[in-house]
Amino acid sequence: MLRRYMDRFSWVDLFLRVFQIVVLAAVVVGIYNTVTTARYSSAQWATLVFAGLAQGSIYALIALGYTLVYGILLMINFAHGDIYMAGAFTAMFLANGFARSGFMNSHPVIAIGACIVLAASVSTALAVFLERVAYRPLRGAPRLVPLITAIGASFTIEYTFRGLYGASFYSYPEVKALRSLVNVFGFDVPLVQLVVLFAALVLMVGLYFIVERTKIGKAMRAVSEDKDVARLMGIDIDRVIVITFAMGGALAGAAGVFNGLFRPQGVYFFMGFLPGVKAFTAAVLGGIGNIPGAMVGGLFLGVFESLSPNLIIEGLGIPSANQLKDAVAFTMLVLILIFRPQGIFGERLTEKKA
Amino acid sequence: MKRSFSILALLIVAAMVLAACGGPAFECADPIGCVDIAPDEPVHIAYMLTISGATAFLGEDSVGGIEIAISDRGGTLLGHEILLTGEDSGCSAEGGQTAATKVAADPTIVGVIGTNCSSAATAAVGTISGAGLVLVSPSNTAPALTIEGQTWQPGYYRACHTDLFQGAVAAEFAYNELGARSVATIHDGSPYADQLQAVMAKRFAELGGTVSFQGAVNVGDTDMRTILTTVAADAPDVLYFPIFEPEGPFIVAQSSEIAGLENTTLMGADGLLVDSFPENSGANAVGMYLSGPFVSGATYDNFLAKWADQIGGVPPSGFHAFAYDSTNLILNAIEEVAVQDDDGTLHIGRQALRDAISAVDGFAGLSGTLSCGEKDFGEVGTSKGDCATGEALGIFQITDAEVTGGNWPPPVIYTP
Repeated sequence: MLRRYMDRFSWVDLFLRVFQIVVLAAVVVGIYNTVTTARYSSAQWATLVFAGLAQGSIYALIALGYTLVYGILLMINFAHGDIYMAGAFTAMFLANGFARSGFMNSHPVIAIGACIVLAASVSTALAVFLERVAYRPLRGAPRLVPLITAIGASFTIEYTFRGLYGASFYSYPEVKALRSLVNVFGFDVPLVQLVVLFAALVLMVGLYFIVERTKIGKAMRAVSEDKDVARLMGIDIDRVIVITFAMGGALAGAAGVFNGLFRPQGVYFFMGFLPGVKAFTAAVLGGIGNIPGAMVGGLFLGVFESLSPNLIIEGLGIPSANQLKDAVAFTMLVLILIFRPQGIFGERLTEKKA
Repeated sequence: MKRSFSILALLIVAAMVLAACGGPAFECADPIGCVDIAPDEPVHIAYMLTISGATAFLGEDSVGGIEIAISDRGGTLLGHEILLTGEDSGCSAEGGQTAATKVAADPTIVGVIGTNCSSAATAAVGTISGAGLVLVSPSNTAPALTIEGQTWQPGYYRACHTDLFQGAVAAEFAYNELGARSVATIHDGSPYADQLQAVMAKRFAELGGTVSFQGAVNVGDTDMRTILTTVAADAPDVLYFPIFEPEGPFIVAQSSEIAGLENTTLMGADGLLVDSFPENSGANAVGMYLSGPFVSGATYDNFLAKWADQIGGVPPSGFHAFAYDSTNLILNAIEEVAVQDDDGTLHIGRQALRDAISAVDGFAGLSGTLSCGEKDFGEVGTSKGDCATGEALGIFQITDAEVTGGNWPPPVIYTP
């Protein structure tokens, strides 16, 4: 018995187990210290939770684009963050035009709807164009090749926008209709955060139904399962892949407008990079290739990022807690991947797909 | 083989004879070398500024000042054309190092104007100094850059104020004029922001106020609610965040969502003194304060007229006057130390050039009086190469006209 145990024993496993216990203990101690000192009011915590949910739903929409493409092509589309930037950037000009003419405040729903349609169209067109120009010619090449191309595509999009609009910062206009506060469970929450969360959830549920209930969704799942067999079954693989890129692009464009409503500042050519990395993290967290996983991963990352500096790091007495926000988010990614390499919702990949 | 050698020997002898006919040859006695400029060659000045990226407005602002300074001299110096070339140093240590390496490799360059960001200067100053050049900055404000034993290297000068001045002015304004008794500060990890908030907090505590919180955000952060919630726990009278765009506007815009910040006055510094800041920050920016360079007077109005004429519009930031003065510090010093041969050839000793700038005292520049000698800052140390005397500073207040009306710059409500 002992001998069999000794045979299976490995120092790496022991280290990981100790690491897990230490991190869990740190989290518990941090939360305990913060809660017992009662430094923050419940209203302040509610602000952080709802802002985190709104941010998380934006991450989730972008993450869906990563996960859809990965599910079908087993490829990380690193230019996806820039596809999001392209939609957000273009719709910003329309939104400011609406704001100047007064249309934004007189008909906010139509105006925002038009911005979303424009952003989604631009992002969709760009995603489809990228697939045609940068990824399709390399299909069947070793997996590292499209990855490098994606990084190149990312720079190309960024610096095209830099060339077109310069390096300065733009902002979305303030939408008066969204500025009011809504009472949720006794807390005042800005309406815009609820709108962003709700609209994102509607889009995510819509996507889930397309993939699970429609014919094209079935084709997507078939291609994801096995491309060769799907082709033998008469599925037009190129068309399915284009539609997948288009759907991911549309969601990213919509996310760009939601981000502009939620957080109007900081529209510039590099704005897609960090949300792109975060959304990729969210997709891996939930289990890449898995649609509900991307949604949950995005929301979880948003809330965790928003709460962890004040709730955990500060309770541990670490100075400049806020600067460690990203470090905590990525540490969590590492932790989850150590114990669940397939992500929260992910399934173990078959030999062929892996 | 033998014939080519004799031709070479003949040529050398001929060259020596010709040189002897040209009068007494100049002999460079300068300890770190000389720049020789032939009659038809230009006087080569370089800049290392932030031309691309998020802080490009600083570079545009400075380049305008440099170009006007050169055109004020008709583009010539001692009968030679002035050649201005530029490198993009960005607002980062890597950019500063790269630009410095390129500039240092060109032996025709006499003097360098730059950099905009203290982070770039910190990385560049060693290379530039080692190459025997002078580096005069229009907008590096981090105190350590001119303190001997910290970042300072021979050949480094700045025409703008050190943040030892700016931080003190901000603290005195908050304590005496606003009546604030507690302050929280936020920086972004850059040498500029970190050192400025430290000076401000220290001076505020000396005046008798309390510093409730000193924290930092990351460059690239968009969510400021977490740090603002931490700030709000103590409800300070003033929140001082001497950072850049886009993090600054995020703080301003999100500050109204946090319970506990209702009575906190927002205050930024010259990194946010850029025409796009009020509009990007939105309605919350109305009434907030920015500390920064402030130049006024008839000479300055004249300068602005030249700007509108030659470049168009108004300068995008507040450092153009320092860029103008930096350029003149270098050009005046060249004029002073250059030895001119009969045929017009210029010989400029590199150490002599440094000595000439260090000896500048009471020079009436566009931004005020400039004296580049040593200055004593008490326990902080002795500063070298600080030309500004700290008079070109003010506190600006953002009004509705800047946020919605496109007005720039905002009105100045306090000067020390």
